[in-house]
Amino acid sequence: MSSPVTYLDHAATTPMLAAAVEAMSAALSRTGNASSLHTAGRRARRDVEEGRERIAAAVGARPSEVVLTTGGTESDNLAVKGLYWARRAADDRRRRVLVSAIEHHAVLDSARWLAEHEGAQVEVLPVDHDGRVQPDALAAALAAEPESAAVVSVMWANNEVGTVNPIRELAAVAHRYGVPIHTDAVQAVGILPVDFAASGVDALTLTGHKLGGPYGAGVLLLGREVPVMPLLHGGLQERDVRSGTLDTPAVVGLATAVELAVEQAPQRAATIGGLRDDLVGKIRATVPDAVLNGDPGTGRIDGGPSRLPGNAHLSFPGCEGDSLLMLLDAQGIECSTGSACTAGVAQPSHVLLAMGADEATARGSLRFSLGHTTTAADVERVTAVIGQVVERARRAGQSR
Amino acid sequence: MKVLAAMSGGVDSAVAAARAHDAGHDVVGVHLALSQTPDALRAGSRGCCSKEDAGDARRAADVIGIPFYVWDFAARFAADVVDDFVAAYAAGQTPNPCLRCNEKIKFAALLDRALALGFDAVCTGHYARLLGGELRRAVDVDKDQSYVLSVLGAEQLRHAMFPLGDTVKADIRAEAAARGLRVADKPDSHDICFIPSGDTRAFLAARIGARPGPVVDADTGAELGRHDGVHGFTVGQRRGLGVSAPAADGRPRYVLGIEPVSGTVRVGPATALDVRTIDAERPVWTSGAAPEPFDAVVQVRAHGGLAQARVEPDGPRVRAELTEPLRGVAPGQAVAFYVGDRVVGSATITTTT
Repeated sequence: MSSPVTYLDHAATTPMLAAAVEAMSAALSRTGNASSLHTAGRRARRDVEEGRERIAAAVGARPSEVVLTTGGTESDNLAVKGLYWARRAADDRRRRVLVSAIEHHAVLDSARWLAEHEGAQVEVLPVDHDGRVQPDALAAALAAEPESAAVVSVMWANNEVGTVNPIRELAAVAHRYGVPIHTDAVQAVGILPVDFAASGVDALTLTGHKLGGPYGAGVLLLGREVPVMPLLHGGLQERDVRSGTLDTPAVVGLATAVELAVEQAPQRAATIGGLRDDLVGKIRATVPDAVLNGDPGTGRIDGGPSRLPGNAHLSFPGCEGDSLLMLLDAQGIECSTGSACTAGVAQPSHVLLAMGADEATARGSLRFSLGHTTTAADVERVTAVIGQVVERARRAGQSR
Repeated sequence: MKVLAAMSGGVDSAVAAARAHDAGHDVVGVHLALSQTPDALRAGSRGCCSKEDAGDARRAADVIGIPFYVWDFAARFAADVVDDFVAAYAAGQTPNPCLRCNEKIKFAALLDRALALGFDAVCTGHYARLLGGELRRAVDVDKDQSYVLSVLGAEQLRHAMFPLGDTVKADIRAEAAARGLRVADKPDSHDICFIPSGDTRAFLAARIGARPGPVVDADTGAELGRHDGVHGFTVGQRRGLGVSAPAADGRPRYVLGIEPVSGTVRVGPATALDVRTIDAERPVWTSGAAPEPFDAVVQVRAHGGLAQARVEPDGPRVRAELTEPLRGVAPGQAVAFYVGDRVVGSATITTTT
C-alpha cells in the first residue's frame, strides 16, 4: 500500500514545520533543567525565555503572560478551573461558569466537573445557526446577575465547523460586567490574526501541534492582573501557576512554529482558503445535496475571515459519517467525522446539535481540514472519488 | 474478497481476523460498540462492551496490520437484543441473547451495512465450520458455537466466514501468542455481555419491576410460596424457588412451567421435567427451504441438551418427537437440528410435553 495519502485532517494535528523539527532536534541533544543555576541550566533557561519572548511577540502578548503548558487540554483546564477557583475565593457568590455550546470538551467537561464537584453552576451560551455566539446572548446571561458570574469561556474559532466568534466584542461584553473571559484559540493561532492584547481576553489557549509545532506543548496566555489558582503544585515554575520542569526542546520547537506560522498566516490563509473553496465547490457539484455547515466564510471578523480557511465541514444526507470515513480512508483520503471520539465511537456532534441540526444530519457529516501541506492534487483526489463514496454510503444508510 | 472482521477485543475474533488476512483477503476490522454507556475498563469476565475491549481490538488490528473502526450499534443492540431479552423473560421464557445478536446484529444489521459498503463477507471468531455453504459443528466440541449460529439462513451463511472452526481453543491461544497478539491470554468471556454484574435477576428486576405471583405445586395446585416476578425463573431451575416447606416425598423440586399472565410458577419433581415432544416456531432452514421430515439430533441450549428426535417441519412451525426424554427444555430457547455435525436448521421453542 504505497499509494499517496491525502491528509485532510489538519485540525486534528498538522505536520510539524521542518524548521521546528530542526530547532527542537538540536535542543533535544542539549542537557539542562531551566531551573538549575549552573551553566547547563542557564543555557536551558535562555532557550526557554527566548522561546517565551518569541511566542509573546507573535501573538501580541507580553512574555510574562506566556504560561507554558502541555497543550490545549491543560491550558483549557487551567483557565476554566483556575479562574473559577480564584474568582470564587475572592467572592463566594461567583458560581456561574458561562461556556458556549460549541466548546471543545476540554472546556465543557471542565465546566461540568466544576458543577459536579465544586458547586459551580454551568450556563451554556446558545449559538446561532452558523455556530456563532452572539454578544447579545452573553450580555443577557451576564446582565441577569453579574455578581454571581465567575468566568466566561468562548472559543475563538470552532474546531468542527470552523466558525469564528467575535472575540473582541465578547470580551468587551464580559468586561462591561467585570467578568474575566477565556478563549480557546487552538484552531485560530497561526492562521487567523490573533492579538492577545487587542482581543481584550484575559486568558487564551494555544497549542503546538495544530500549527506545525510539537505535540504536548502549549501555552495559556494569561493577563498579568488575572488571578488563577494552579492545577499542578510543585516547583513554582511559570508564575507559580504551573509547576513542573520545563520541556526546553518542546518550547524551542513550539516557539519556532508559532513564529513561522504567524508570520506566514496571511499568505497561507489565502492559499488554503482558495483550495477549501475549490474543494467545497467541487464536492457540491458532484453531490448537490451536500450541505456546508457553519459560517459561509464570506464575512470578516476582527481583521480575519469569518470561517477558518482550512475548514470544510459538510453534511451528506442519508449517509453515516462512519461509512464515509471508512470508504475515503480505503481510498487513501484521511479526514474526520469531526466529532468527539472516546472509545472511537462517534457521538452525534454536540456542535451541530447546538446549531440546530437534527441527529441524522449530525451523524452524516464529515470534516475536511486543510493545512500547510495541502495541494490542489489533494482536492482533485477527493473530487474524483466523493461521488461514488457518497453513493455507496447512502446505500448502506444510517444505522438508526 | 473484501472481508469485514467483527472484533470484540477477545482472542478468538483477533485470530479469526488474522487468519482471514493471511488467506489474502482484504480485511477491515470493526468493533461493534454495543453499550450506550461503555465503562472505561472491563468488569469481570465480560468480553466486549468496555472501552478497554475496544482498545484491545484496535491493538490487535494494528498488529495484524488492518484498518480498524468502531461502529456504533448500541441503539440497534438495545432494541433488538436487550429489549427482546427482557421481554422474553417477562413472558416467562428463557431467551438466548447471543443467538439473537447473531441473528439481528452481526449477520443482519452489520452484514447489511457491510454488503452495502462493498464487503463480501463478515468474519467472526465463532467456533463453527462452513463447508460448501453448510454450517457444521466446530472441531473443538467443547467450544462449538454452531448452536448460536443455527438461526442463520442460507443467504446469511453465504456471506459468513468462521476461520476458527477447524482448530481447538488451546491452539488458537498459542497461535495468538505466536502472532504477537496481546489478547492471547485474555480470559474467555462468559455471562451476558450487557449485564456487567452477572446478576441477571437484578438486571431484569430493574427493568421489569415486581410482578408478584404464586409458586404452586404442579400436581395439587397448592400454593407453596410467593415470588416477585416470573423473570426470576427458568424451566429446570432448582435453586431460589422461595419454597420453604419440603416436598412430601422429600425430593427436590424444580420449575416445570411458567404462566406469565397469571404469574404462576409451577414446580414439581425432576421426573416431571422430562420432555418428549418439542413444539417450536419460526424455523430457519439453512438450506433455505423446509426439508421433509427427518431424523436428527436436537440441541436445546448452548451447551449440552442433546437428544435423538424425529423432526417434522410444518410451515411456520416444527415439531420434534424425541426418542428419549430430555430435561430442562425452556420455552424461548432455540432448538437446533443436527444431522451428524451439520446444522439443518433451528426454531424457537414454544411448548414442550
